[in-house]
Amino acid sequence: MTTAVNTKTLTLVQAVNDALRTMLKEREDVILLGEDIGKNGGVFRATEGLQEEFGEDRVIDTPLSEAGFTGAAIGMAINGLRPVVEIQFLGFIYPAYEQIMTHAARMRARTMGHFTVPMVIRAPYGAGVRAPEIHSDSTEALFTHMPGIKVVCPSTPYDAKGLLIAAIEDPDPVLFLEPMRIYRAFREDVPEGKYTVEIGKGKKLREGDDVTVIAWGAMVPVAMKAAESAEKKGIHVDVIDLRTLYPLDKDIIADSVQKTGRTVIVQEAHATGGLANDILAVINDTSFLYQKAPVERVTGFDVPVPFFAYEDDYLPTPERVLHAIEKVMNF
Amino acid sequence: MEFQFPIIQIMNEQGCIVRSEYREQITKELVMTMYRHLIRTRMFDRKCVSLQRQGRIGTYVPYEGQEACQVGSALALRNGDWMFPTYRDHGAMMTFGRSLTQTLLYWKGRTEGCVPSEGKKIVPPSVPIATQLPHAAGAAYVEKRKGTKNAVIVYFGDGATSEGDFHEGLNFASVFNLPVVFFNQNNQYAISVPITRQMKSKTIAQKALAYDIPGIRIDGNDIFAVYFETQQALERARNGGGPTLIEAVTWRYGAHTTSDDPSKYRDQEESKRRRETTDPIKRIERFMQQEGWWDEQWMNQVQKEVSVEIEQAVAEMERYPKANPADMFDYVFAQPTWTIAEQKNAYFQWKRGIEG
Repeated sequence: MTTAVNTKTLTLVQAVNDALRTMLKEREDVILLGEDIGKNGGVFRATEGLQEEFGEDRVIDTPLSEAGFTGAAIGMAINGLRPVVEIQFLGFIYPAYEQIMTHAARMRARTMGHFTVPMVIRAPYGAGVRAPEIHSDSTEALFTHMPGIKVVCPSTPYDAKGLLIAAIEDPDPVLFLEPMRIYRAFREDVPEGKYTVEIGKGKKLREGDDVTVIAWGAMVPVAMKAAESAEKKGIHVDVIDLRTLYPLDKDIIADSVQKTGRTVIVQEAHATGGLANDILAVINDTSFLYQKAPVERVTGFDVPVPFFAYEDDYLPTPERVLHAIEKVMNF
Repeated sequence: MEFQFPIIQIMNEQGCIVRSEYREQITKELVMTMYRHLIRTRMFDRKCVSLQRQGRIGTYVPYEGQEACQVGSALALRNGDWMFPTYRDHGAMMTFGRSLTQTLLYWKGRTEGCVPSEGKKIVPPSVPIATQLPHAAGAAYVEKRKGTKNAVIVYFGDGATSEGDFHEGLNFASVFNLPVVFFNQNNQYAISVPITRQMKSKTIAQKALAYDIPGIRIDGNDIFAVYFETQQALERARNGGGPTLIEAVTWRYGAHTTSDDPSKYRDQEESKRRRETTDPIKRIERFMQQEGWWDEQWMNQVQKEVSVEIEQAVAEMERYPKANPADMFDYVFAQPTWTIAEQKNAYFQWKRGIEG
């Protein structure tokens, strides 16, 4: 006997809203805080209607101070709540970086588990929405480098809801990156109520034996488009959506690259010190002898994310990814 | 502005009570408790400096001269309250209930030194400057939400008032009217930079005006002023009156840490003079003499007991089993990630190979 699960067709940002609503209902200790998240429902409407439904004590409009409310959330988490902080744009997280780096990420280790910080920091990230400067950063590697915090980045509405719920229930701090470029790009059936997607597990989106393409967040649709174009040229592509950036799903990477022997990593962020380099290290550690070609990386450039007149040139495109796919095929 | 925020004294430098309304509350029992803690913190501090010089602990942060600030404020706390200290506030932490051994372990570079004693809500010392102020506001938010009568005290130095987090913490606490006492120990130097290069305002207390909360300036070497003013601020917090900013004006005699030389930036003649005039322990001793509470035998006894307690703690610290490298891997996450598990495993395999 199967139980019918009711679903709703939601965009990614609506799925985020649905996850927050679900958890506010589910757990009394969940509390949201950030700038403009209450009456205004967040600049992207991710928290729309939640203050109305759960009150000003659960959904808190804070003063404009990333370090202040992130720090306050750390104190709340130490004292038993599960705060979910919204940073309006990842590019505005830097004032709170010290709080995350020196306190949230270390509290458990410093106190041998006596004090813990089960908080979530939500941050829309990435370029491609014609935003003003500083609004388009994709600096996830600053956080994947930091021990003590997990980094999650969904690319679909289903995953966004399941991963966000898992992040809220996680006993450790989680940075939850929301690709604003695909916030409303498409809809998907999302189950009502509570479900989780496991943190630390990637997802195979497409099967192919020739090349592995690894992507996350807003680069997933770019990778998929490139894979479709490659298919027309007779190249069969395995596409992996990482979904969690720390800890990486080593097994899904190894299984695929051992099968194909050729890999392209697509990363929106700057090249140097980026996560693609860690994925390369995983391939090196697990699958060196299977490789038929050097791994290609398609990334943003080592320049500040530019003003939007240039962002189409900055961002990896399906054409650049396809070029890389052909390069590893023809090596 | 200084006139609006005069330094509050209850006991002057000569050990005389200048605010008679407190006279009855200053009982012999209270004074003896205070004296014992003052002696304990001073003897401990001196012992630590000496242990550092002998290489038995690492770099140490002394607080000599600031004992009244730390002991007086910590004695005003109740058991359910929270303490958010800095690295210079181990005097306050020990007074509130952290064991001497744990304090020593911290300076010995051991993580065990951050674990608070059972039942004590003492958060590990904040090393970055002023970052613990928002945490205190957050913890206070939860106490208010739960409807408890617990309050939060957070310590910081004068240099911290230049940091953004100072203002963000005060602002957050003031907007939400939270039960938190912001306790500033103005020892007048942020490492080597004097307060006049830290801020143009004449007092730290006046900064409370911007947040529409009480700002109180007290003589930080007068333990009675520290104790009673902190107690009042905590009471206000418990009863829904919101946060208070207390500026306790004091002076550290020695270095910022055992790694710097205070004679390069701080007038050591001034420190010498202050040892005779404003010293917090000398002052309470003068008071006790005037009251006829001076009991040489009891004081010797206190010193002896404290000395034994410190020696036992030092012995315990030195007897502590060797630091286990597994501890460094095991507490980063609730469940170790594969990266950490692999690194731990590889390291121990290598170590066993070498040692085996």
